[in-house]
Amino acid sequence: MTNWFTRDAIRLLIPALSLTLLLLVIFYLQPRAMSYNGLNLLFNLAVPIALATIAQMLIMTVNDLDLSMGAFVSFVACVVATFLNTNPFLGIAILAAAILAYAALGVLIHVRNLPSIVVTLGMSFVWGGLAVLILPAPGGQSPVWLRALMVSKPPLVPLAIIASILVAVCAHFLIMRSSLGVVLRGVGGNFRSVERAGWSIVRARAIIYALAAFFAILAGSALVGLTTSADANIALRYTLLSIAGVILGGGEFVGGRVSPIGAVIGALTLTLAGSFLSFLRISPDWQIGAQGMILIIVLALRLLFNRLERRGKSA
Amino acid sequence: MTNIRPQDAVIEVRDARVSFGAVKALDGVTLAIQPGECVGLVGHNGAGKSTIVNVINGGLTPHEGRVALGGKLIEKYNVKVARDHGVRCVFQELSLCPNLTVTENTRIMHRSLAGWGWRKKASAVVRAKLDEIFPGHRIPVGALVGDLTIAERQMVEIATAFSEVIQKVRLIILDEPTSSLDAGLAAQLLAFVRAFVKTGGSVIFISHILGEILSTCDRIVVMKDGKVVAARPSEGCTEHSLVESMGSVVKGPSARSIREINTGEPVLSAARHAGKGLPLKAHRGEIIGLAGLGGHGQTETLIDIYLKESGNWVRERAPKVAFIAGDRRLNGVFPLWSIIKNMSIGHLSDLSTKGFIRRQDEAKLVENWKSKIEIRTKDVENGILSLSGGNQQKVLFARALATRADAVLMDDPTRGVDIGTKQEVYSILRSEADKGRTFIWYSTEMDEICLCDRVYVFNSGVIVAELTGDQVTEKNILAASFRSAAA
Repeated sequence: MTNWFTRDAIRLLIPALSLTLLLLVIFYLQPRAMSYNGLNLLFNLAVPIALATIAQMLIMTVNDLDLSMGAFVSFVACVVATFLNTNPFLGIAILAAAILAYAALGVLIHVRNLPSIVVTLGMSFVWGGLAVLILPAPGGQSPVWLRALMVSKPPLVPLAIIASILVAVCAHFLIMRSSLGVVLRGVGGNFRSVERAGWSIVRARAIIYALAAFFAILAGSALVGLTTSADANIALRYTLLSIAGVILGGGEFVGGRVSPIGAVIGALTLTLAGSFLSFLRISPDWQIGAQGMILIIVLALRLLFNRLERRGKSA
Repeated sequence: MTNIRPQDAVIEVRDARVSFGAVKALDGVTLAIQPGECVGLVGHNGAGKSTIVNVINGGLTPHEGRVALGGKLIEKYNVKVARDHGVRCVFQELSLCPNLTVTENTRIMHRSLAGWGWRKKASAVVRAKLDEIFPGHRIPVGALVGDLTIAERQMVEIATAFSEVIQKVRLIILDEPTSSLDAGLAAQLLAFVRAFVKTGGSVIFISHILGEILSTCDRIVVMKDGKVVAARPSEGCTEHSLVESMGSVVKGPSARSIREINTGEPVLSAARHAGKGLPLKAHRGEIIGLAGLGGHGQTETLIDIYLKESGNWVRERAPKVAFIAGDRRLNGVFPLWSIIKNMSIGHLSDLSTKGFIRRQDEAKLVENWKSKIEIRTKDVENGILSLSGGNQQKVLFARALATRADAVLMDDPTRGVDIGTKQEVYSILRSEADKGRTFIWYSTEMDEICLCDRVYVFNSGVIVAELTGDQVTEKNILAASFRSAAA
C-alpha cells in the first residue's frame, strides 16, 4: 500500500538533487574537500543555520512568518556566551523566559488577529536591543562543554553531518509523524476544520511558537560553540536564510505544507553556495546574489514539476 | 408525537433565538431529535437551516433558548461538549485539511487517536468505515486529501464523521452530503444512513434534492424565515407539498409592471454552462433576476459576464458593465477613504484632465447623487464607515450608476440592508431601467426576485428555468430551484 512517489517525495527530490549537484561540482573544483576534515569544514556553519531553518519552518507551519529569527538567534548567542557561561542557572532561566515570550507572542498574534510579520518585525528590535545591552561589543565566551561538543570528532562521519541528520530526523518525527504534529500542520491547512473538531487554536499557536523558540535557542548555542564568542549582530542574516531554506526545501508560505528534511537540505544547500563561490574565487560579496539565483532556479524547477504533474492528472 | 417523552431526545433545542444585526436567523426554534430517527431539514435560502445546524454542533451559542442533551440541560454548550456527546457534523463546504493525509485528517477529528501507533489505529478505523459505507471506494488512506477528487474528499469526510474510536456516535448532521457525489455513491450513503438509523443512531439530513429526503427520512422539518413551519412524518409528504410549505402564504399581485418582451439584440449574454441548461440573455432596459439556492453558480455567472465585457489589463474609458459587490467589506468599500472618494472611484476617468482630478466636478457629481439617492450624511468628506450599512451600500450603488455603463451586475447587493433602504433602492433601479439601463440582479431574497422582469433559476451551476412576467412567482421559483437540469 505504501506509495513512495507521493507529491511530498517528489517535492523533496528537487532540493536533494540540487544539493548533490552542488556538492559534486565542489568536489570537482576542490578534490581535497572530499575528506573527513573537508566535509566538516564545508558543513560546520550549516548546523546553526539548519536549526534556525527548522525554527522558521515551525512558524511557517501555521501560515506565519518570523522576521525576528536572526535577531533572536543573536540574542540567544549573547546570552549563551555570557550568562550561561558564568551563571548557568540564570542563563537557563533567561532562555526559558525567552521560550515563554515566544509562546505569548503566538497567543497575542492569534487573539488579536495581528499579522505575524508586523509583530515579529517589531520584536526583532526588542531582541536586537537586548542583545546589545548584554554584549555592547563583541566578546563573551562559549561554555566549555558546548565548545567541546561542537568541535568533537566522532569516528567515520563528521559531526556537522551527524548533527544535520539528527536535527532533520527529530524535527521530522515531531512535526510529520507525531499526533501533535498532525494537529499543528492541520492548523496551517484548514484551521476552521481543526477548530470544529474541538481543538484550541490558541494553544496550537502557543505550542508551535514555543517549539520554534526552542530550536532557535539550539541554533544560537550551536553558533556560539563554533565561533567561541558572540556579538549582538552575529546572526542577522539568519532571518532571510531560514526563510529561503524552508522554501528551498519544498515548504510553502501558506497551507501548512512543510518538510523538515527538506528544510535541513535547503539550509545545507545555501551554506554550500557560499563555499562554492569561494572555490570559484568569486568575492563573497556575491554570496547573497548566488543564494538568490539558486532559490530562483529551484523554485522554477518546482513550478515546472507542478505543471507537468497537473498536465498528467488532467490527461 | 406525544408518545415519545422529551427526555429521550438525543438533543433538544428549546426556543432558540439567534439574530445577526437586524436579521433574525432563528426566531424561536424548538427541535428534538430522537434516537433512531432520521430527520430531514428543508427550507429555502436564509430559512435558518445552517444556523440551527451550528447551534446543534456547538459552534454557535443561541442568544436565547437552551440546549439539552439526553434530557439534561447543558449550561455551557460548545463544540467539545457536543463531540464528547457523540454529535458530529459533515459540513456543506468541505472541511478537511488538504495538506494532510486521510489518516491524519482522521486523527484531527478524533482526539483519542494519540500515543504510539496512532497512525496504524487511525488508518484501520477510517479504512474500515470507508469500506463499510462506500464498498469498492479505492481511496488510499495514505493519500493527501488535496490530491483526491471532490467526491472522494466528501466520502472521506463522511467516513471520518461516522468513525468510532472511543466515543459512540449518537447524532450525525449531514449538510448537503450528496451534492458532490454521483448517483451510485449517493445511493450507498443513503443505504448506510438507513442502516445506521436502524441501529439506534440519529441523523439530521439536509439536502436540496427532495426525493432523497422523502426516501431516507422518517420525519421532515420545514423551516422558513428562522422558524419551523412544518414538522411531519415523511409518509404522506410529496415534493409538491414540501415546496408548498417552504413558500409563504399566497400574497396579492406585486406592483411589478408588466413590460413587453424585447426580442432585439441582447445587451449581455452568457452561453449555456458546460452545454447544459439555458443560455442567458439580457435586453436593454430589463431587470433580470438570477434565482435559485445560494451558491449554485449565480455569482460565477455574474463574474464571467463582467470579465467578458471589461478589458483584461487596461480599464476602458467607458466600461460597458459595472459591478456591485454583495460583500461590502470584502470587495466593496475602501474603508479608510471618505464617502466622496468611495463614490467617484468608478468614474475618475471622466472626472480628470491630464491625470489630475477636477475637484469641483467630482464634488458636483457626488452632491448630485447624494441628493438623488438620499445618502444620509452631513458631509461627504466623512469616512465611509461613518455611514450605516444600508447607506454604505447606497454609495456603492451610486458608484456603479454614476458610470456610463449600460449594464449593471449586482451580486446580492442588499444583503444586510434594512427594508426602508431596500425600497429606495428598488425605485432607483426601476427608474434607471426605464432610462434604458440593463440590470442583472442576483438576490437570495424572494421579494427582490419577484420585482424582476425576467428570472433565470439556477441549479448546480446551470440555468434550469426562465420565468417571464406573470410566471415570476415564489411558487414557480421554488419549484424550479429544486429541479435539476435536463441535459
